[in-house]
Amino acid sequence: MKLFIKPSTPSGLIAIVVLMFAFGFMLVPLYSVFCEITGLNGKTSGQYQGALTNEVNDNARNITVQFVANRNANLSWPFTPQQEVMELKLGERKVTSFRVVNTSNKAVVAQAVPSVSPSAAASHLHKIECFCFEQQALGPSETKDMPLVFFIDESLPKGINKLTLSYTLFDITGSDLVDM
Amino acid sequence: MRYFLRFVLIILIICPRSALATWAFNMPVGVTNTSQDIYGLHMTIFYICVAIAIVVFGVMFWSIFHHRKSKGAQAAQFHGSVLVEIIWTIIPIVILVVMAIPATKTLIDMYDTAESDIDIQITGYQWKWHYKYIGEDIDFFSSLSTPQDEIHNKTTKNPNYLLEVDNALVLPINKKIRFLFTSNDVIHAWWVPDLAVKKDAIPGFINESWTRINKTGTYRGQCAELCGMHHGFMPVVVQAVTEAEYESWLQQQKTAKLAELASVQKEWGMDELMTTGAIVYQTNCAACHQAKGQGMPPIFPALSGSAIALGDVAEHINIVVNGRQGTAMAAYGKQLSAVEIAAVITYERNSWDNKTGDIVTPADIQSVIDN
Amino acid sequence: MYEQTETADHHGPAKGLMRWVLTTNHKDIGTLYLIFSLIMFFIGGTMAFVIRAELFQPGLQLVMPEFFNQMTTMHGLIMIFGAVMPAFVGLANWQIPLMIGAPDMALPRLNNWSFWILPFAFSMLLYTLFMEGGAPNFGWTAYAPLSTTYAPPSVTFFIFAVHMMGISSIMGAINVIVTIFNMRAPGMGLMQMPMFVWTWLITAFLLIAVMPVLAAVVTMMLMDIHFGTSFFNAAGGGDPVLYQHVFWFFAHPEVYIMVLPAFGVVSQIIPAFSRKPLFGYTSMVYATAAIAIMSFVVWAHHMFTVGMPLAGELFFMYSTMLIAIPTGVKIFNWVGTMFKGSMTFETPMLFSVAFIVLFTIGGLSGIMLAIAPADFQYQDTYFVVAHFHYVLVPGSVFGIFAAVYYWLPKWCGRMYNEPMGQLHFWLSIIGVNLTFFPMHFVGLAGMPRRIPDYALQFADFNMVTSIGAFLFGATQLLFVYNVIKTIRSGEKAQQKPWEGAEGLEWTVPSPAPYHTFTRPPAGS
Repeated sequence: MKLFIKPSTPSGLIAIVVLMFAFGFMLVPLYSVFCEITGLNGKTSGQYQGALTNEVNDNARNITVQFVANRNANLSWPFTPQQEVMELKLGERKVTSFRVVNTSNKAVVAQAVPSVSPSAAASHLHKIECFCFEQQALGPSETKDMPLVFFIDESLPKGINKLTLSYTLFDITGSDLVDM
Repeated sequence: MRYFLRFVLIILIICPRSALATWAFNMPVGVTNTSQDIYGLHMTIFYICVAIAIVVFGVMFWSIFHHRKSKGAQAAQFHGSVLVEIIWTIIPIVILVVMAIPATKTLIDMYDTAESDIDIQITGYQWKWHYKYIGEDIDFFSSLSTPQDEIHNKTTKNPNYLLEVDNALVLPINKKIRFLFTSNDVIHAWWVPDLAVKKDAIPGFINESWTRINKTGTYRGQCAELCGMHHGFMPVVVQAVTEAEYESWLQQQKTAKLAELASVQKEWGMDELMTTGAIVYQTNCAACHQAKGQGMPPIFPALSGSAIALGDVAEHINIVVNGRQGTAMAAYGKQLSAVEIAAVITYERNSWDNKTGDIVTPADIQSVIDN
Repeated sequence: MYEQTETADHHGPAKGLMRWVLTTNHKDIGTLYLIFSLIMFFIGGTMAFVIRAELFQPGLQLVMPEFFNQMTTMHGLIMIFGAVMPAFVGLANWQIPLMIGAPDMALPRLNNWSFWILPFAFSMLLYTLFMEGGAPNFGWTAYAPLSTTYAPPSVTFFIFAVHMMGISSIMGAINVIVTIFNMRAPGMGLMQMPMFVWTWLITAFLLIAVMPVLAAVVTMMLMDIHFGTSFFNAAGGGDPVLYQHVFWFFAHPEVYIMVLPAFGVVSQIIPAFSRKPLFGYTSMVYATAAIAIMSFVVWAHHMFTVGMPLAGELFFMYSTMLIAIPTGVKIFNWVGTMFKGSMTFETPMLFSVAFIVLFTIGGLSGIMLAIAPADFQYQDTYFVVAHFHYVLVPGSVFGIFAAVYYWLPKWCGRMYNEPMGQLHFWLSIIGVNLTFFPMHFVGLAGMPRRIPDYALQFADFNMVTSIGAFLFGATQLLFVYNVIKTIRSGEKAQQKPWEGAEGLEWTVPSPAPYHTFTRPPAGS
């Protein structure tokens, strides 16, 4: 096989170097795609784009969902789930919310990041509406109830009867991450 | 497979462990089925490695002794042997495949977190652990309780030096416990050798693991991922109790929580605040600001004689509650109760060279937090 | 130090200090790398001394935990990137042209730049000790976000130093590959090359494949810290675990980069002192190549507790167990070389034999670590520290010592003091084992790594370790003394001081003339 890159010459080897540097950066989207497709690392997908139905399959399995709220670093505003535990049927659309209270007297911006455990469940959790899709702006002393509308599809592996959906709230006020 | 592993394990346990258990030089067998399986795998692979070493070094040392020029040995001139290469490639492959089978089985078992009885969320902080019992309204911080004087060699070290905390994680035996791990800041790792549970705690993500403890007792572990300055000072203590003891402990916690809420509003005197404040200071502040408030400037400011501890109370409260951006001073409003914060600030303002006479009450702190 | 050749080539080395600044001669540059490496060994060793002095007893006696973390971080960075790697590049520079019958490296000026980047890079890195916030304190592995959001200001200097040092390694590797492919003596096919040349050829390919990935990951760190990106920050959609995957994709092949040249050295010395050909040359070449290729698919065994899905854990467990096979084959081949030989045990042979025994111990603890479920109890403990120090110190470093003793007579034309060499050896063996063997025990018993203070049950073995470390460190002064004394006033060496040695380097005088093989040697 004739190689385009001749490894016995400096230019050929430099080409390999450049390719490997680019490969390092390509690992970033590769990792993201890999995680989303497989649900690895509990990464959930973005907004659910598929068809919605109001029908509920009465024979569908019942499972338990736990909701956990975390606050990153020095973020001290109360951030709590409306309910810690919820029973639901697979395929059934459910609504819940998370409450955040901006206890400071300044406007702030927060970003919620979801994570699911066990990770095998992540690709079966579909979020129709989630406060994690957008940055949340809060005025001074504002209390906000942020909705979550979701369902867990019926192809959830048989062995999983309980899963945990965790949100970590990050304070991104004044950082480069804020959309302006 | 599990019975086979147990059988191997029993043979291995009988031999070396009993006589040498106090020397602290091997992995503990532990108190869960997982820890025992892992101990069995560990000892099995260890003995295989010892056998390989004996054979290889045996041949080598024999050769060193017999094939020396000084002994008159004449060098053979063979270059190699394909047959020999094939043999000593195949044999190790077989050994490894044989090891891989029980290892795979144990790993699959370790990943099976389904059907848990109790779920605990564990959050790593710089530099302590936070435990939350999901579904119960119980959560608390667990910090190193070894006194600074022991660490700085001023008094003798107690037997549980660096492996003791103020609030242990209390769990019932014989129940499947599922752990959910995350972190408040950097990556930490929660590890208890006797349970054979170790998992990274990653900010923004949750990880899970599980255990089922077979025997009551106190099991101690440490953080197992470099997480900054006091990585070596954030131990884990699990207190495994009977189911009945666990139920009554749960009740106590709930009662204490109610009492805590009530106590915010009651009248607090200087003595009570100073006593509580001393404990809070020792647990949360002394590691950096030191036992006599002298700090370790420039990184950790002195509190004794400091402008903040002697000056505006509101500013002092602000720093403790909200932390200081860009420094290691965390937002303790998130970690300590109003009672604890009021007590420690009062303590700081009335200890060492500071004699302000100021009293900060839990109600003062609560109103700052509620804003 | 260098003698004039009798050929038409009349250039000797330039005079004065500028000779060393401007040299493009592979022997000079080899010497520069080796001296630089020796200095860095002592600097990294001093940091180890601080670490072991603090760990001598439980309690905090000497340093603050914050500074201790700087010491562990810098010790790792300096030893890996400042001591071990440059030493092997120094050996490559001296030996590869001599062993293939080439007059110099293919790209001599690039060679000069490759070296001189290093003092600048490491000055920058060492300067961070004096910066506000101190030196990097997040471990040489630099996991995010400890190394990004929570890092001291010196992290930026760390990143630049890594970039510079990476460029140096890449340029050096390109030089090695082009030289070996294009400048071998007539008649020396690839399968007639000495093993040291083969292992360096493979190492060089590993370098150009993975050093750019390190450059990429530290660039991502730089961007997260200074340019508002979120590669490793969950708040912006990133993931700290991504850092670990990309880092270890580099760092696992890196550990083979650090050991393959030592394999090559041992493969030269054992046959020479056994007076017998290397057993299974072809097998050795294929085994080395297999190790290199497989090193790309084992990286996540450094991450077994990170929360990888089961399929990933199993894959990496299997691939890691498999990589033990070609390594084992090489060890068996060395023993097969010794077997039925006619051995003498001068210092190079002593270090090589010790390499085989002690590197094997490190390799066996590596097999234990590969068993993923067991690794949950080993990970981030002193058991891991024991493993990698066994493969690096009585592994790579002993390989370097062996090489220096073996080839020093060729480089400087004088024999080193053999009894002193043997003393250096025996004290080093005792020191190395006293230092690192107890680490297996405390690690299994539950002592985590990267801690400045520990629970009481670890005290006895830590004291033994510290004593061993002080002994081992002090012993290296003996080595320096021997080398310097040899260069200045050692007994004159023969052209081939080792009876059983083979290779083109022994066909030139000792010391090797400044320019050798200005005409290619006759084909074999």
